[in-house]
Amino acid sequence: MIRLLISRIIVLFITFIGITLITFFIVNISPGKPQDVYDMSAKISYEAKERLIKLYGLDKPIHIRYFDWLKRLFFLDFGNSFKDDKPVIKKILERLPATLLLNILSLGIIFVLGCLFGILASIYHGKIFDKIITIIIFLGYSLPKYWIAILCMVLFGIKLGWLPISGLRSVNYDYLLWYEKIFDIIKHLILPVIIASIGGLAGLTQYVRGNMLEQLNSEYVKFAKSKGTKSFRIIFFHMFRNVLIPVVTIIGLSLPELIGGGFIFETIFSYPGMGRLGYEAIMSRDYPLIMGIGTITAVLTLLGNFIADIVYVYVDPRIRYK
Amino acid sequence: MNKTLKIGIIIIGLFLLVGIFAKHISPKNPVQQNLLERLQPPSSKHFFGTDELGRDVFSRVINSTMVSLSVGIISVSISVFLGTIVGLVAGYYGKKIDIILMRIVDIVLCFPTFFLILMVIAFLKPNIYNIMIVIGLTSWPGLARYVRAEVLSIREREYVLSAKLAGLGSSKIIFYHILPNVIVPVIINFTLGIGSAILIESALSFLGLGIQPPQPSWGNILASGKDYIHIAWWLSLFPGMAIFITVMGFNLVGEGLRQKFNIKEKKL
Repeated sequence: MIRLLISRIIVLFITFIGITLITFFIVNISPGKPQDVYDMSAKISYEAKERLIKLYGLDKPIHIRYFDWLKRLFFLDFGNSFKDDKPVIKKILERLPATLLLNILSLGIIFVLGCLFGILASIYHGKIFDKIITIIIFLGYSLPKYWIAILCMVLFGIKLGWLPISGLRSVNYDYLLWYEKIFDIIKHLILPVIIASIGGLAGLTQYVRGNMLEQLNSEYVKFAKSKGTKSFRIIFFHMFRNVLIPVVTIIGLSLPELIGGGFIFETIFSYPGMGRLGYEAIMSRDYPLIMGIGTITAVLTLLGNFIADIVYVYVDPRIRYK
Repeated sequence: MNKTLKIGIIIIGLFLLVGIFAKHISPKNPVQQNLLERLQPPSSKHFFGTDELGRDVFSRVINSTMVSLSVGIISVSISVFLGTIVGLVAGYYGKKIDIILMRIVDIVLCFPTFFLILMVIAFLKPNIYNIMIVIGLTSWPGLARYVRAEVLSIREREYVLSAKLAGLGSSKIIFYHILPNVIVPVIINFTLGIGSAILIESALSFLGLGIQPPQPSWGNILASGKDYIHIAWWLSLFPGMAIFITVMGFNLVGEGLRQKFNIKEKKL
């Protein structure tokens, strides 16, 4: 177990270095420099521009800049944002809780509903309920999420007026009582969380359904049936336990997709998360911020997969005792 | 042929026809403005209504078809080619090559694909060719991993061993003996991949980083429709439906093929 852990950590480290390499070089090799933005403004003199280039080290060779950046990275120092000169890590940390909240809630929904729908669809295999679930899975795969986000905003936000359509808090948030504050945040979260969950939910439901159906034909289920075990027990205690193991990995793998989706609908919902920050950073060529967000999202995914790996080892005795 | 496959093929076929003959079918010029007929609801004159500059939405939607289809098909051709080659090489040669290639796969998989694409596109000029290349270069790792796993089991089979013993070169074994055995999942991945590539392209265009106006694309029609959604629902409904139906067509074909060849659902 400990040897496994150590080897996983070494792999984790190598992957991390790879992540930093990709982020750094995509941002720095691409045409267009941050100082180009200043060319558009006639107010900035040549000397001032040179000073800025020196300040951010943009005159150094690229590999030296990479190692400088990497060195500072270990102290979580991503430099300052080009836009407002605030430390990048501070800007990210301000937004991170909102993104984590959104993603953890979505993962929870994906897990609970995905398993539930998958199991129900496999129980009612070939019946109308199963067909409805299959259609919903197809919708989940094929619908453009941002389009659904807009349609939901219009329907629930404007036409029906049930839900707020942007941000995480109302304007009068500070004047609300504590329970009203919680209620206010929940109301703001409903649409983003639902939209964020659609894709992953479809994937997991399909997976659980398919695997449950496969278990139906296995020997141990037949044996349990012939022994007279109740179907409820067979489904939840025998079959589902076997299906559950790979679900951990699948949820880990769906993390990047979830965070990636955030870049669109956080922008649509004006949700104060890292996705919108990343979109704004990209649009304004804020190099330190882009690299910071790129690294942090990739590391979050890496950690998510790492935890999934560990949990996998923990829940599957076949690997634990190998 | 099963029902899923049939419906999928019909949908894709229809959209392909519309895309190819777009210029002949579309009743109006898709970029022709007519400010006197701004934001008109669907009618017999304008099937899908008009947009904020009085352009005919029906013609714009029809003329965007080929854009989305070609981005989907070409970008997925790139990613399927890369993914298959990397998977075949990593799985067949094993050892160091496998370790290095799979590390690269892991690293690329750690990034949210959409962020990576957004990052590259924002720095390059957003045009149709860059979009095809970037989507292609970022979406291969999943397939590579899948192909590798398949190759690992195939390369131990007896017919591969006997080919080796007969003195056949590695490249011949890979292409004539191993590739045919993984080709069906690769084709399924191809059709499913087109669906997601179309979704990515439309999302990029929606964010203003994809196909640039005045050239119409489903994503950028939706983007301009967003600002008028409370008074002109048709601007958002029809291009969205077009994306949805096309993507569903490709997904149906992928699913149909999977059922036909009885391939287990795996995370492709």
